[in-house]
Amino acid sequence: MATETTGTAPSASEAIIKFDNVVKRFGSNTVLDGMDFTIAPGERVTLIGPSGSGKTTILRLLMTLEKVTDGVIWVEGEPLTHERKNDKLVPASEKYLREKRRTIGMVFQQFNLFPNMTVEQNIMEAPISVLGRSKSEAQKRAKELLDRVGLGDRATAHPTQLSGGQQQRVAIARALAMDPDILLLDEVTSALDPELVADFLNVLRDIAETTDITMLIVTHEMHFARDVSDRVMMFDSGVIVEDGPPDKIFGAPDNPRTKQFLKAVIEDR
Amino acid sequence: MDRQVWNWDFAAEQFPTILEAFLKYTLGITAASAVVAIVLGLVLAIARRSHVKWISWPAYSIVEFVRSTPIPVQLFFVYVGLAQVGFRLTALVAGIAVLGVHYAAYMSEVYRAGIDAVPKGQWEASIALSLSPRRTWQAVVLPQVVRRVLPSIGNQIIALFKETPFLIVIGVSEMVTTAFRIGSQSFRYTEVITIAGLIFLAASYPTSVLMRKLEIRLGH
Repeated sequence: MATETTGTAPSASEAIIKFDNVVKRFGSNTVLDGMDFTIAPGERVTLIGPSGSGKTTILRLLMTLEKVTDGVIWVEGEPLTHERKNDKLVPASEKYLREKRRTIGMVFQQFNLFPNMTVEQNIMEAPISVLGRSKSEAQKRAKELLDRVGLGDRATAHPTQLSGGQQQRVAIARALAMDPDILLLDEVTSALDPELVADFLNVLRDIAETTDITMLIVTHEMHFARDVSDRVMMFDSGVIVEDGPPDKIFGAPDNPRTKQFLKAVIEDR
Repeated sequence: MDRQVWNWDFAAEQFPTILEAFLKYTLGITAASAVVAIVLGLVLAIARRSHVKWISWPAYSIVEFVRSTPIPVQLFFVYVGLAQVGFRLTALVAGIAVLGVHYAAYMSEVYRAGIDAVPKGQWEASIALSLSPRRTWQAVVLPQVVRRVLPSIGNQIIALFKETPFLIVIGVSEMVTTAFRIGSQSFRYTEVITIAGLIFLAASYPTSVLMRKLEIRLGH
């Protein structure tokens, strides 16, 4: 097994996320090949690696956008991909998934804001219809979140009237409005104009510093990864080839594939 | 006997009767059938997407059957055929039902294209926010679909409107039937059929212009 975990992995009992021999195949293409890892509550984990190495699939499996081919994912001590039936684990029903995914939020590369709603409505929709909050409560919270991401004055704008960077900030606010325990960030700066990236990363940094949300971040922004995360996982061909604190991974990686990848990414900049 | 091609006095005399048939029947039948088509078309489109076979298959069958048979045949079967097995509908109800279901089949295809055009990311964002499937359709998908399909739905309604004369098959006295009745009584068809045609033109053309404007406004 190519997985080399370097010391810091928490024990399964205190893990908020646990991948237990997770396999994901699309047809004959194996994207994740027996993935095992755990993540502790509050950890900020960056997933790096060449495209097609399976890092986005990790996020999509956690968000229940994809189903595992084999293995079990556990979230907060409960199975996510499966449900218990008579002491057995059976594949989760749609109803079970709907209940379980509530504590998980995701921000997408392409923002995916709802174009038919205003900024504020985008943020209020799920708290009202899923969590049963009152309209005024949801609106107050939306306002707070918009202030926090620096868009307090754009509550009634439509997404199409905003720049990419602004749209992505709304997407963050929308995810936070559900008070997730786990936040998944899938290449959230990849679709932004280069000059907007720094601004957006400041928003993320602020959220990372002021909350204890567990974050899984797929990114190509190595500076940001180094800056904000307390753990980096290097993926290649569906396995974790290196896992450790950012100083170690970026400063003195052990694995030749990590070295090669980082060299390529930095030269690319 | 005066056999001139066009008699203005006769035209003026018959115009109110034809217009009345238009306002009373043609418009009403169009509106009622359009409502059936708009609602049922959406139901069929959503049902066809279902992963449950006994929901998607009947929807698929209805759409394919309706699209593969002509309206007059359908009218005959629903009005005459059903009556023979003891299920008697009035001609008006049979007519509205047939036109409504017929256009529902076509509109379901319009909706289907509209639903397919909603980006995958919208569905995924709805899942990520734990929205229920019902709420996803209601708050996210359908508002976007409606915006996309509105011009096509409008054009379908214009097409439906122009097919109301088929109801002559089962004797509904809509405008064209009325015109033919006057023609057969007076042996003067030219005026009355022309008037009916002009009324169709006067109603359809501005509507289609309006639809085109709507298309442009919605940014198609």
